[in-house]
Amino acid sequence: MKNERINVSRREFLIHTGLAGAGFALGMKLPLGSTAIAAEAGAETATPEINAWVVIAPDDTVTIRIARSEMGQGTLTGLAQLVAEELECDWSKVTTEYASPAQNLARDKVWGSFQTGGSRGIRTSHDYVRKGGAIAREMLIQAAANDWGVPTDECSAQKSVISHAPSGRTTTYGKVATAAAKLEPPFDVILKDPEDWTIAGKPLARLDTRDKVTGEQVYGADLALPGMLNAAIRTCPVFGGTVESFDAKAISKRPGVRKVVQVGDNAIAVVADTWWHAKSALDALPVKWNEGPNAKLSSAEITKMLDDGLVSNDDVFTGNEAGDAAKAIKGAAKTIEATYSYPYQAHACMEPMNATARWTRERCEVWCPTQNGETALQDTAKAAGLPAEQCEVHKLHLGGGFGRRAIHDYITQAVTIAKELPGTPVKLLWTREEDIQHDHYHPVTKCKLTGGLDDKGNLAGLHVRLSGHSIAAVRWPGMVQAFNGADPLAFQGFVEDDMLGGDHSIGYSFPSLKVEHAMRNPAVPPGPWRAVNAHQNAIYMECFIDELAHAAGRDPLEFRQVLMKKHPKNLAVLNAVADRVGWSKPAPAGIHRGLAVFKSFASYTAACAEVSVDDGRLKIQRIVAATDPGHAVNPQQIEAQIEGSIVYGLSALLYGEITVRNGRVEQGNFDTYPMLLIPEMPKVEVILMPSGDFWGGVGEPTTVIAAPAVLNAIYAATGKRIREVPLKNSGLKIT
Amino acid sequence: MLTTPIAGFPPATILRENHMAKLKVNGAIVDIKAEGDTPLLWALREQLGLTGSKYGCGIGQCGACTVLIKGEPVPSCMVTVDSVDANDDIVTIEGLSKDGSHPLQQAFTELDTPQCGYCIPGMIMSAAALLDSNPNPDDAAIDAGITNICRCGTYARVRKGIKRAAEIRQQEKA
Repeated sequence: MKNERINVSRREFLIHTGLAGAGFALGMKLPLGSTAIAAEAGAETATPEINAWVVIAPDDTVTIRIARSEMGQGTLTGLAQLVAEELECDWSKVTTEYASPAQNLARDKVWGSFQTGGSRGIRTSHDYVRKGGAIAREMLIQAAANDWGVPTDECSAQKSVISHAPSGRTTTYGKVATAAAKLEPPFDVILKDPEDWTIAGKPLARLDTRDKVTGEQVYGADLALPGMLNAAIRTCPVFGGTVESFDAKAISKRPGVRKVVQVGDNAIAVVADTWWHAKSALDALPVKWNEGPNAKLSSAEITKMLDDGLVSNDDVFTGNEAGDAAKAIKGAAKTIEATYSYPYQAHACMEPMNATARWTRERCEVWCPTQNGETALQDTAKAAGLPAEQCEVHKLHLGGGFGRRAIHDYITQAVTIAKELPGTPVKLLWTREEDIQHDHYHPVTKCKLTGGLDDKGNLAGLHVRLSGHSIAAVRWPGMVQAFNGADPLAFQGFVEDDMLGGDHSIGYSFPSLKVEHAMRNPAVPPGPWRAVNAHQNAIYMECFIDELAHAAGRDPLEFRQVLMKKHPKNLAVLNAVADRVGWSKPAPAGIHRGLAVFKSFASYTAACAEVSVDDGRLKIQRIVAATDPGHAVNPQQIEAQIEGSIVYGLSALLYGEITVRNGRVEQGNFDTYPMLLIPEMPKVEVILMPSGDFWGGVGEPTTVIAAPAVLNAIYAATGKRIREVPLKNSGLKIT
Repeated sequence: MLTTPIAGFPPATILRENHMAKLKVNGAIVDIKAEGDTPLLWALREQLGLTGSKYGCGIGQCGACTVLIKGEPVPSCMVTVDSVDANDDIVTIEGLSKDGSHPLQQAFTELDTPQCGYCIPGMIMSAAALLDSNPNPDDAAIDAGITNICRCGTYARVRKGIKRAAEIRQQEKA
């Protein structure tokens, strides 16, 4: 992290690997929070903060504290841009550091939310982080004005320089920072009009790129602490199964092995000097599992549960209802029905799950990648058996998150292991196989849609019956309780503005509509997965709308436009992609097009896919994607997120499938759970059209938009409707 | 707080005395103390502290651990320490340039290619080998030469980055 460079004496540590004698040593920056180090170094040597968000050193270096986690989505840079904009500081002198979860607890949650999910990083904190910057600016100006004995309203600040125009005097932030830190913060500040932004809203370079291209970026998996031991873990392969017995003696003489630890009731860890020693010893460890009640669970059985949910009235919840859809469909001139399905999928972050923990009776510290420092601290405390006040979580940049690292099973395990070796730091690193087989999966669902068309080809009524796994029922039971047993998130993209904060509202006005969810929860752990339920819901709605348009003999664009009349922002992104590809004119020979439009995480998105299908060989040629995220804090990073999220969505569409047999996941690594690779990556054209009067998400919304567009394009190419994900099972050859 | 003294760390790993190997890594001859069947990746990471080579799959599928051995891109998770000759040049991301100035590092920086960044060192090493064998790769050559997985989906900027690096390379040579 760039911030680790700013004060070498107390922030940068060199770990020598013990090979200095061989003339070979690697400098590694240890990502410790500044607060921890300041305390250790003696608080008097620490540069005082202006406020919780801003620390300014005498050399004018500005350190901006970031509470959300950087996992590739660029939130670190975007949030820093927002603070810096109001601070009026010199951007070239900005560095960042993570706010400390323990300090946050001690300081009455001064940094607000640490949660990094739901594409919320910027859209739910822009207000208070900008205020943090503005308040710091006012305090710095006040300090200069006090020094000069002039009124503050005669002073101004720009690029870290404070000027007093009447006298021509100037000073810098670094010179007045110590005095400013002692002032009372102003009660209120006025934020800049986004029209006047000079740092925010600009396509600035990320702050975290350099270390990522040199290999110097230290991820949790790379961490090396003095005296640290390494752990590898194996969890019972059957969901809900437990450890029956294991023979630690069988591996006790293997190189480097220090300890064999049962972790909770369902896992065994081997602790060794190196991870490779731990992992290879674990491979040789005889373990007997008690496979428990799910020993026979299979994908076929799960499919039966879902099929029941498509027709049964048990555990069915209504998420949206307008008019009498059943009656409208019954009286329709033409009725269309289709059933779609979407499988379990794994997150497969490139960096496997890991956490390093050091536990003593008095204190527990964890170093880890996490999407939520605050809950990571709570989970650390719980596993440590200590009050949270006696714990700390040191966050490291994530080698991918996608929702997986909002769930801290790996922290609980690391702390549990470290408790067996008091005072010794232990790094737990999962294998890829553990990662694929013990994920919290994208939920499995099916969806039956029934639509009625009148004699003019207009939609009279639509009935949507979702059936499948509820993430909330398993992970956030409080939410389900608040909705009388329903999972509101199951209805992402299908609800009106008064549900889910308006973030996931439907963009169509149907004459009549009923959307239901039959909750069916198999014994496979579900979890939030980049875009959560928007992914399958976008396919269900947008592919079925396409089916209805074709059944009505109407153009899929025109069919949507009519239903979308009352939703100008949805319509605008749809029209933008249609205009870009020239929808009204025929596609080039051999190219076939499909459309999709969807709102999720408060942003409006649309895509047009262009595909070719020759002799059963599918090639996704081009995706034109439009998004209206309201405000665009860093346009080039939004573009990167759109390109990347489309890859994530297309990987899922092409290959993503976790299946279950005998209670365990059948896939284990990238050979059986493949990903889209560079040759399959289509050309992506981004249309960024921020309309400026709201704050929408960026990391997730466009994840969902390519898949339905591609499916609709395949129909245009082949006349065959594919209603099951992934496409690897469709008979098409993916090229 | 971390109370262990900061200077003079003991090595993070406790080495066994009876397994020794010599490797030539980033131009230096180094002693490895590890069983001969230890994958090169783990020797690099745990014996030499060269953590730029990442563990992503352990089966040679994802490319995050790619290093150059005698100029060839190799998934270091699939190569054992004793299969590498002491004279074979091994280059890791840390040895690609002294200061992040390899044309690929320049190009990836210029284009802000990395997102989470975990796959990037391996991606750069694969691309470095590609550029060494083909100074001006077209799309088909990139498709054939780069099989690394990136879950953030940076492929578009990886492709651009390789082409941009080819330009930088030629400018530097001119």
